[in-house]
Parts: sequence; C-alpha cells; structure tokens
Amino acid sequence: MSTATRSLPRTISAHAILLTYTAIALFPVILVIMNSFKSRAGIFSEPLTPPTPKTFDLIGYTTVIGQGDFIHYFQNSLVVTVASLFFVLLFGAMAAFALSEYRFRGNTLMGLYLALGIMIPIRLGTVAILQLMVASGLVNTLTSLILVYTAQGLPLAVFILSEFMKQVSDDLKNAGRIDGLSEYTILFRLVLPLVRPSMATVAVFTMIPIWNDLWFPLILAPSEETKTVTLGAQLFLGQFVTNWNAILAALSLAIMPVLVLYVIFSRQLIRGITSGAVK
Amino acid sequence: MAAEIRPKRPFRWHIGIFLAPAVLVYTAIMILPLAGTLQLSLFRNVNESQVFVGLANFRTLFGDPNWSVGFWNALKNNTWFFMIHMLVQNPIGVLLAALLSSPRLRFAAFYRTAIFVPTILSFVIVGFAWKLILSPLWGVAPHLMDLVGLKSLFTPWLGKEQYALTALSLISVWQFVGIPMMLIYAALLSIPEEVIEAAECDGITGLSQFWKIKLPLILPSIGIISILTFVGNFNAFDLIYTAQGALAGPNYSTDILGTFLYRAFFGFQLQVGDPNMGAAIATMMFLIILGGVCVYLFLVQTRLRRYQF
Repeated sequence: MSTATRSLPRTISAHAILLTYTAIALFPVILVIMNSFKSRAGIFSEPLTPPTPKTFDLIGYTTVIGQGDFIHYFQNSLVVTVASLFFVLLFGAMAAFALSEYRFRGNTLMGLYLALGIMIPIRLGTVAILQLMVASGLVNTLTSLILVYTAQGLPLAVFILSEFMKQVSDDLKNAGRIDGLSEYTILFRLVLPLVRPSMATVAVFTMIPIWNDLWFPLILAPSEETKTVTLGAQLFLGQFVTNWNAILAALSLAIMPVLVLYVIFSRQLIRGITSGAVK
Repeated sequence: MAAEIRPKRPFRWHIGIFLAPAVLVYTAIMILPLAGTLQLSLFRNVNESQVFVGLANFRTLFGDPNWSVGFWNALKNNTWFFMIHMLVQNPIGVLLAALLSSPRLRFAAFYRTAIFVPTILSFVIVGFAWKLILSPLWGVAPHLMDLVGLKSLFTPWLGKEQYALTALSLISVWQFVGIPMMLIYAALLSIPEEVIEAAECDGITGLSQFWKIKLPLILPSIGIISILTFVGNFNAFDLIYTAQGALAGPNYSTDILGTFLYRAFFGFQLQVGDPNMGAAIATMMFLIILGGVCVYLFLVQTRLRRYQF
C-alpha cells in the first residue's frame, strides 16, 4: 500500500501547509465575529484578542436590530430562496426525467439547448429582463426574483439530475408500468425518492448563489418592501461607515445563518461535489 | 424498450408536460432576454422611439473616447483579474487538494470544511470584512505585519491605484479557492489504486509521482476549472461594487466589465443611463465569454484525453 510513500517529515509539512491555509481562510471570519462583541474602545485597542469582561459590549447588535429592518429582509431572502429552489427542483426533475427516460425526436437538441445556460450567465440578459419585468409590472416584487433565479438554476439542475436519472434501473420503471402506474406516478413515486441525494446536491448548488446574489435584487427589486438580506446588508453597511460596532455586528448577523446552515449541511455538500469520485 | 415493440404508439403527452415548465421558464426569462439584449444593442433611442442603427452603438463604444477609454480599461483590468485567478487560485487549489488527498491524512474533513467556508459567504460580507481588515484606521493588517517585521511594507492597498485591483483579485482568490480545491480533490480521489500501485512498483513516488502520474490524469478537471474561472471572472461585479462602489475607484483602477456595464446601463452620478449602450457592452461580454467557451470546447477539451477506468 501507499504507506511506503508516507514519511514523518512529509506528514508534518502537509499539516503545516493545510493549517496555515485554514488559518488564512478562517481568520477574517473569526476576527469579525469576535470584534462584534466588543465595545468601540476594545475594537481598536485589542482587535486580535477575544472579548474580555472589560471590552465585552453588545452595543453593535442593539444598534443594528434597532435601525435596520433585518428580520424583514431575512424573510424576503428566505421566501425567494425557498420558492426558487422548489421550482428549480420540480421543473428540473421533470425535464431531466423527460430527457433521460424517453427517446423522441429532438431529445439531444433539447438537452443541448437547456445546457447552454450553464456556460452563458443570465446576467448578460439583464437589460431585456428589466424591460420584461417593467412591461409585466413585476418590478419590485419577489416574483420577479423567483422567476429569474428559477431560470438561472434550471440548466445545471437538468444536467446533473438527468445524469443521475439515467442510472435508475429500467426494470424497476417497467415493473411499475406493468402494474399500471402512470408516467407521472413513476417519476414522483419511484424515481424521485431514488435520486434524493442528487436532488440535495442540486439544492445546495442552487441555493448558495441565490442567497448571496446582489445584482438582481439591486436591479429588479430594490424597494424597502422587497430587499433581500444581501442587498439590505450592503446598503446598511454603506450608511454606517463610521459606526464600527454596528458594521461588525451587521456582518456577523449576515455570516452566522449561512455558517450554521453550512456546518449542518457541509457533509452533504462535500459529498455532492466529490460524488463523481465516490459513486 | 417497450415503446419499440408497439408498432403504433399514441402521442406521448407526458413528455411535453414534463418538459414544458422548464423549457417555458428558461426560454422566457433567459434565452429571449439574452437575444433581446443582443438585438437592443443594434437600436438607439431617438425621440422616445427605438430606431435601428446597425452597428453604430459599437462604433461609439470603440470610437468615442468617452466610451472606448473606459471599455479598454475595464477589459484590461478584467484580464488582469482573470490572470491572477489562474496564477494564484488554481495552483493553490491543486496544492491543497493534493495534500488533502494523501492517504491517511488526519483531520482531512476538518481542513476541507474550513477552507471551503469563505466560498459560501456572500460578496458583501467578504468585501466589507476585508475592507475593514486592510483599513489603516483599524490597524489589524499593519499590526499583523509588524509581528513578522514587515510593517514598513504596509500601505492602504485598496486606496492606491497601482495596488487596488491586485488586492481585490487576491481577496476574490481567497474567497473562491475552495472550488478548484474540491473539484481537483474529487478528481484525485477517482484515480484508481492500481494505477498508483503500478507507479510505486516502478519506483515512482512522492513529487515525481504527482507530476508524472496524477497531474496528467487530472488535466481535464483543471480545464473545467479554468473555463469556470473565465466565465465567472468576466461576469464578476459584486465584489468590486461592494468594496469600491459603482465608480470602481480609485480613479477607475478597479473597473471591470461588470461595473462598466452597470454604470452604462443605469447611469451613475453625472453619467446618464443608456440601455442601448448597456446592451452593446453586454453583447461584447457575451462574445468574450462565448469566445472563451468555444476555445475551451474546440481547442482544449478535444486535446485532453479522458481516461476511462
């Protein structure tokens, strides 16, 4: 086995490099969260130490929660992300099933057409998308964002899901057909439960860019009513340039939900990315 | 196939129903607006109505110094932005992946999870957090550099024309290094044990094993990462907008195509927004990205041999 290639100095240097890089990756995040719990004097005099009883202060958080309408922005982001995710998974699974299960004229062409969007970013169509939304009266609604993100997520979802659906056994589906199940039941009752892990992968890949997007909320839905967390944080941070407590607290509030979700789902996400190797 | 046995089959409505929602949404929100944007770049607003002007918008974009200087500046900056990603992000990604994939490495899951953290954060958080860290007001960066005796090298990088773009590129590298790391890591894990054992039997171990055996096998993944980086970089906007604003200061030194498009389309301060010029810039970005994807598909991918195990 490969034990022959492992020597102690090499292991130590591997750990040293990885540890150094881990520190670089985590340092800014830890620094921001740590300092958000300090008083203004503490932030400037001892930026690199964790909050002590002397420097501990929640003033930043009280300012942010008092000033910004963060709970509302948070709801908007949640609605947009969950709704887009639902449509991407539903429509994506249906189209992927049609492309992977049936032979019909234009199948390959349709697959290529849908795959086009993986490489060409939807952002380049912004000018016409805005006109379309203005014409249909959808500007400053969450619906416009949901539509755009659904279109944005579909190409990759169809591509990944049809790869996985090809692996579902034909015998199983044919057994279902002999038992008189409709094609719809076969997809939703037989095939979908079997490709659930790949659905989770698609979900994670779709979710992160939607949650973090700044461009479309800024252009399609910048009103107070429809601001997402990312846009809200951006504007809020712009207003409080000199209030360091508030900025650090706002940043920490924006980091923490994503971080918690990531820690819960990281296993799933990493398995999804490396699934090509593991499967 | 059951369908082939039956001589005459009824029209299969369910295929249409399965395809319809995805194709409709995708066509209406993505393909038609893309086509519409390309079309809009050939028109100009004259007396409140759109008039076909052929390539006049592009002539303005390249001929009128008010536009062409900004465009070439944005393109040059964008190219530098991309080069830094290729030269820094991808080698670091490969190095980390190679270390992570070494057998029996302890804490590999921890390193993997931690190094991927910046990738899941939004540009707003990343841009602002680094702005604070590099700020001379707070003094974290000079303080840290003092610890290693390099304090004299500190300058407010984001505020200096000659350093700002490089600093922002490196911040973006910091954020996205997790993606090449993960993809290469997956590719390295998929190399079968027999190949590695055969190499060891021939006495190829350690570094030379990496260069001679593993690297050629992961070249297709490196190709995919390069094209993903290319598309992502020439489409970037958020980080520059968050850290430097729509004017991409200081003095447009961090202006890239995304921020240039935003200003042309919406206008900013003294500049009036012009959808047609915005569409012309978007068309140029489309052509650049399409060019990159074609180079990848027809020149790079066909030459990379895929190994089937």
